[in-house]
Amino acid sequence: MAEDVVAPLAGKVLSVAVGVGDRVEEDDEVLVLEAMKMETVVYAPCDGEVTVIKVKEGDQVEEDDPLATIA
Amino acid sequence: MAFLDQLGFLSLSPGMVVMWLIGLSLIYLAITKEYEPLLLLPIGFGILVANLPLTGLMTPGEGLIWRFYHYGVEWEVIPPLIFLGLGAHTDFGPLLSQPRLIFLGAAAQGGVYLTFFAAHAFGFSLEEAAAIGIIGGADGPTTIFLAAQLAPQLLGACAVAAYSYMALVPIIQPPIMRFLTTEQERAIRMKKARKVTPREKLMFPLAATMVIVLLVPASAPLISMFMLGNLFREAKVVERLTETAQNALMNIVTIFLGLSVGATMSAASFLRTDVLFIFALGLVAFAVSTASGLLLAKLMNLFTKDKINPLVGAAGVSAVPMAARVAHKVGAEADRKNYLLMFAMGPNLAGVIGTVIAAGIFLAMLG
Repeated sequence: MAEDVVAPLAGKVLSVAVGVGDRVEEDDEVLVLEAMKMETVVYAPCDGEVTVIKVKEGDQVEEDDPLATIA
Repeated sequence: MAFLDQLGFLSLSPGMVVMWLIGLSLIYLAITKEYEPLLLLPIGFGILVANLPLTGLMTPGEGLIWRFYHYGVEWEVIPPLIFLGLGAHTDFGPLLSQPRLIFLGAAAQGGVYLTFFAAHAFGFSLEEAAAIGIIGGADGPTTIFLAAQLAPQLLGACAVAAYSYMALVPIIQPPIMRFLTTEQERAIRMKKARKVTPREKLMFPLAATMVIVLLVPASAPLISMFMLGNLFREAKVVERLTETAQNALMNIVTIFLGLSVGATMSAASFLRTDVLFIFALGLVAFAVSTASGLLLAKLMNLFTKDKINPLVGAAGVSAVPMAARVAHKVGAEADRKNYLLMFAMGPNLAGVIGTVIAAGIFLAMLG
């Protein structure tokens, strides 16, 4: 079952902590968003392998945008 | 001998030296700790030069900084222009998506009114008490606006207290927030907010101006400029004006505001026991405002199905967006996947409007 990592709030992607093919566990750090000049960490929703990363550093994302897929 | 009389050294007083130390510490805090540097740096410098003898900088009718102060602050030009810039920066989406959270921004003005009565009980005049109470809103330009009209002799102290407490939001609020909530309450995840359409955002500044100004006409200078700035932003056809209001204009008036507010703080007007009271009462006002926003959220939870995380109530003080960030951070300590930031922005923005309305009510009653 693939699960999307979605943006919890609108903001700018500051850094991406994982690469395609990485294994992650639930609650691992996936990437960092900046909103209201504050860094917000986005965590993995489940265990699995990162199959897709849809954003890169500097991208502007909206709330609920899919950021990556974990399968 | 005439030359000696002109030497500043001979006219120094101990009070001036104390004021230098205060000015220099504000400059130090602004630079090393980045406490509201845009304001505290020019304020600190203003204090320093205003307490050098024989400069005449603050001589009424003549002095350079007196002119900045008179035409900028006393004439109430600068605080509304700051609000124009704030409006151009503000996205009211978080407030419009959760209208019920507006009440939290209103509740967080509790400290303003409570401190107004407390300050009056301590012997301050009604006008002075209003200027002290408004510190609890943690809104610098509104504090300056109100104090300049009602109690200009306290303006410097009230402004420095307001900006200091704004800078200290991340230190003052969290203990109060933890004390008044349980771990489970702090971990409450709020239901997703609905999406706000661009049309709603466009209508808001127009509707809000009319409703608020009809209710509290004395709030018009600040509210109308705030909403005009926001209309620039949401209309999306005057990007040049939006950009100027947000940056160039705001930066220019900030320089004159900080410098002249600092320069009002002469040793004679600042080194009085009154001023210690103002700082103490301002802190009480701020703490009570934090608590009252939070407690109303808990009260609303008794009656509503979709629970409110009470931490967002504490963001009803108008320090934008610091108070919202603090709510988010304290929430994330209880549950790190809980993202409260945007929910907290609603009461935070309502708090700005609430503080302006409070100032308007004081002006209407006492002005």
